[in-house]
Amino acid sequence: MKRSIPILIASLSGMVLVLAFFSPRTESWSEAVVDWFNVLAAIAFILGAGSLLKVQLVKISSRSPGWAYAAITLAAFLFTLLVGLFKVGTVPSDKFPTHVWTGDYEAPQATFGWIYLYVMSPLTATMFAMLAFYVASAAFRAFRAKNLAAILLLSAAFLVLLGRTAAAGFLTGWFPEPLEALKLDNLVDTMLVYVGTPGSRAIVIGIALGVAATSLRVLLGLERPYLGGGGGNG
Amino acid sequence: MRCHSRFLRLVALFGAIASAGAATAEVKVTDVPGDGGTALKVTWAGESPAPSLATWAVERTRTDKEIRDARVETADTAFKAARKAGESIESAKAAAERAIDGLDLSWLRVDEISADADPELVIGDLEPDAEYGIRILGLDGGKAKIAEIGFNAKVKPQANLVAWERVPFGAILGLISAIVIIAIVAARHGVVMRIRKIAALEAIDEAVGRATEMGRPVLFVPGIQDMNDLQTVAGITVLGRVAKVAAEYDAALEVPTSRSLVMTAARDTVQAAYLAAGRGDAYHADRINYITDEQFGYVAYLAGTMNRERPATCLYMGAFYAESLLLAENGNSIGAIQIAGTAESSQLPFFVAACDYTLIGEEFFAASAYLSGEPMQLGSLFGQDLVKIASIALLVIGVAVATVGSIAGWANVQDTIGGFLGMLGS
Repeated sequence: MKRSIPILIASLSGMVLVLAFFSPRTESWSEAVVDWFNVLAAIAFILGAGSLLKVQLVKISSRSPGWAYAAITLAAFLFTLLVGLFKVGTVPSDKFPTHVWTGDYEAPQATFGWIYLYVMSPLTATMFAMLAFYVASAAFRAFRAKNLAAILLLSAAFLVLLGRTAAAGFLTGWFPEPLEALKLDNLVDTMLVYVGTPGSRAIVIGIALGVAATSLRVLLGLERPYLGGGGGNG
Repeated sequence: MRCHSRFLRLVALFGAIASAGAATAEVKVTDVPGDGGTALKVTWAGESPAPSLATWAVERTRTDKEIRDARVETADTAFKAARKAGESIESAKAAAERAIDGLDLSWLRVDEISADADPELVIGDLEPDAEYGIRILGLDGGKAKIAEIGFNAKVKPQANLVAWERVPFGAILGLISAIVIIAIVAARHGVVMRIRKIAALEAIDEAVGRATEMGRPVLFVPGIQDMNDLQTVAGITVLGRVAKVAAEYDAALEVPTSRSLVMTAARDTVQAAYLAAGRGDAYHADRINYITDEQFGYVAYLAGTMNRERPATCLYMGAFYAESLLLAENGNSIGAIQIAGTAESSQLPFFVAACDYTLIGEEFFAASAYLSGEPMQLGSLFGQDLVKIASIALLVIGVAVATVGSIAGWANVQDTIGGFLGMLGS
């Protein structure tokens, strides 16, 4: 019973979502299922926040490596939570100018909004910007011409890079009309459309079949990681 | 015979009423088939009532809720404007009431159509089963009304029972499911299914063993999506196997998650695996912890952990986006064995470039069945392979027909194939 009821709930929820895709009249049922999921996720967030606090406190008390980061995390978490909950610095809405609590906590004037706009966003952008350096280092390693496959990869990458710059027109723009197809930009388009696209579509078709088969296993209760373990791993 | 003819006329009459929905001589309104009851199709006689006609304006009545919302919005705007002008709250309230009093909410203009265009429009964003009135106005170049095709009957958009345009896709899905189920049933009855070895999954034992020998932890990253993403589900299933091996080898397993629900599912999975390995005492819930929902905040934590704790093995199994290369390159820089699996085709090249083993697309979804070794799960994999063979055959036939057709000059062969693909795509 402890296992069969959750499997039944998961299977029924999945069936409802599939049914709603083919029957517009049942769309509201699928919306209800999605709402239930959101409620569950919101409740689980309390557990998540508790785990975060506990782990950081343990790190600080045991002085484990990087405990100072844990202290910063803890301080930032509590500070942001409090300024958000108590709407610190919010400007009251026009409709109720005498009631401080009517202000929007996400507005840039509010402390919470200010933190997001001037601390969180720049930090996020910084992390994302680092991607450029990682792309360069990964490309350097991937393009080392160690064997025939790597040489082909390197050649293709070199042609695509060249074909997407002004050098393409400079180097091959003067080709006569019978050699039009060999112009670098045309060559790159041909490579992308007739070599790259079929390869990526083959992967996508495989993924779609994998999704269908895995969904079926979950719906039939053969695979149930939400119960603490898959089919047979424990 | 006479009775039969009457019956046919009656059927024809009902058919005409049903297809017309509701209509006048000039305007016809029909429910859009196969939708959730949120759209109506309006067609009207396009003859120009006057030479100066420039556009047709399509208008509909508002629902009670829309009328309420419009009144609230008007009052709010008037109130704010009055307050901004320095008036007192009482005076601003009076201004808001005056604004509502003068409001004409009888008709809502949906769109304007050029007089040269086809006289038809699909009105969307409607409320299912709500009553709507429709009218068409003829406007001149200065937007002045020069004609009105009135339509006072009320029509209701209906939520349809079947989305007919999705039925071909449903049939294909049903066929795939049937093949997979037949393979599962065959496996249950003792038919032996042979599945090819997947190098990345075979390497899990070796990777966890290496971490044990080096006395360093194993880092498992289950992606950045929640449990409603099938990739996360597949990732958590692989985690079960990794945890079992880690428990047997007595290796430390760290699972930082970016979603609370994933954390709870991962804890249950790891605990079950430790108990199955007879090492329940070695399970530490705090090693499976929630970090943040924020994508790059999560990456920052993982990068920091990798560089401080230097795990010997990093496994990335789930849904990944821009962070895939950031994680894989950090893992590479510390010399960890890395195994990745994702169905995000745009991220696969990054994992292939930076990881030792990568589960590409379908291999990732096959991982759970492969690792479980259960006959029924392996049967589902076998069924999946059968469907794949059928898909390849269909592709080869399609390419051959299209190629031969274009060489031989068969008329409409491209259109026929395109139509078939379009039907599946809908």
